[in-house]
Amino acid sequence: MHDVSTAHAESKMLYFWVWAGLIFLTGVEVMLAYEQVLQPVRMLEVLLVLSVVKAALITLYFMHLKSELARMRWLLIVSVMACFALMWIFFFPDAERILRLGVQ
Amino acid sequence: MATVQHAVPPDVYEPSLFGTYSKKIGMWLFLASDSLTFGALLFAYSYNRIANPAWPTPFHKESIANATVMTACLLSSSLTMVLAVLAANRGDKPWIRNWLLATMFFGAAFTVLHAMEWTKLMGEGMVPSSNPWAATVPQFGGTFFTLTGMHMLHVTIGIIYLGVVALRKKFLPILLGLWLVGWLATPAKSVFHIGIHVLLIGAVVAAVVLFLKPKDYDAHDVEVSGLYWHFVDLVWMFIFPLVYLMSTKV
Repeated sequence: MHDVSTAHAESKMLYFWVWAGLIFLTGVEVMLAYEQVLQPVRMLEVLLVLSVVKAALITLYFMHLKSELARMRWLLIVSVMACFALMWIFFFPDAERILRLGVQ
Repeated sequence: MATVQHAVPPDVYEPSLFGTYSKKIGMWLFLASDSLTFGALLFAYSYNRIANPAWPTPFHKESIANATVMTACLLSSSLTMVLAVLAANRGDKPWIRNWLLATMFFGAAFTVLHAMEWTKLMGEGMVPSSNPWAATVPQFGGTFFTLTGMHMLHVTIGIIYLGVVALRKKFLPILLGLWLVGWLATPAKSVFHIGIHVLLIGAVVAAVVLFLKPKDYDAHDVEVSGLYWHFVDLVWMFIFPLVYLMSTKV
């Protein structure tokens, strides 16, 4: 059986670094919003990339997915991502179509 | 009547396929399903946002500063939560409780700031069924309140969950007291006058769990509750940019 005490060998300092990284990325997002140099679609893309990086940091370090067995890690990631990909395939082409047609 | 003793031979159970305990696998499965709920809400919001060039930008400098502090609260709560898990691994009970209480404090601060933001928006005429931009974007209020309300509900459930793990039965009178104070303090017309009953429902559910299955929560329980809390934090990492930063007017 997986032992909690041996699974999380990361030091306390590592968690503080991860937290500092997350705060920094949030600061970058807020700065982008204040500057407003990007168009909405490009802004959405950039913010989504930053959010995915933050989500990865939280999942891997704070939720300790990094310490789990590879088969559990990949099963979770692949199954959730597959569902999101299906949503993406159904929703966004139609959103783009509406953009091209213009809102009536 | 004779009692039949079932001797359990060693190695009768196969080791877990995923190399961990079942409670944790159960929580991961729940989180995977819950991520799809939030995924659908976020996709719906983003879909509307991109498809509608006239999308309103009601979040001014003050709102963004407020939402940034809320984000910092949630990120800090994740740090204190992971420190609680570390304390649980050491078997350090006083620090498990301290870090869990710190996590609950940050979570409560987030909820209060969020409630203030909601109250301000409602004062400006934005409610789930209508909003000041209803002529061009009727769905703004509905999508905003559904998404952020669902998240606020998860944070509230998380605070109750951590309270039960940290304080067990001692948490029940605190929770009931908070419900009563919140109910009496909010104006009858406020949405929070009804919403505060989540605490009462939470107290009933927590009482059923605590009285039917009293136990000392161990390191596994702290770790599993931590998974739930970090997930709530993770979801906000998408809501904050998509909802607030994409609708900013500085």
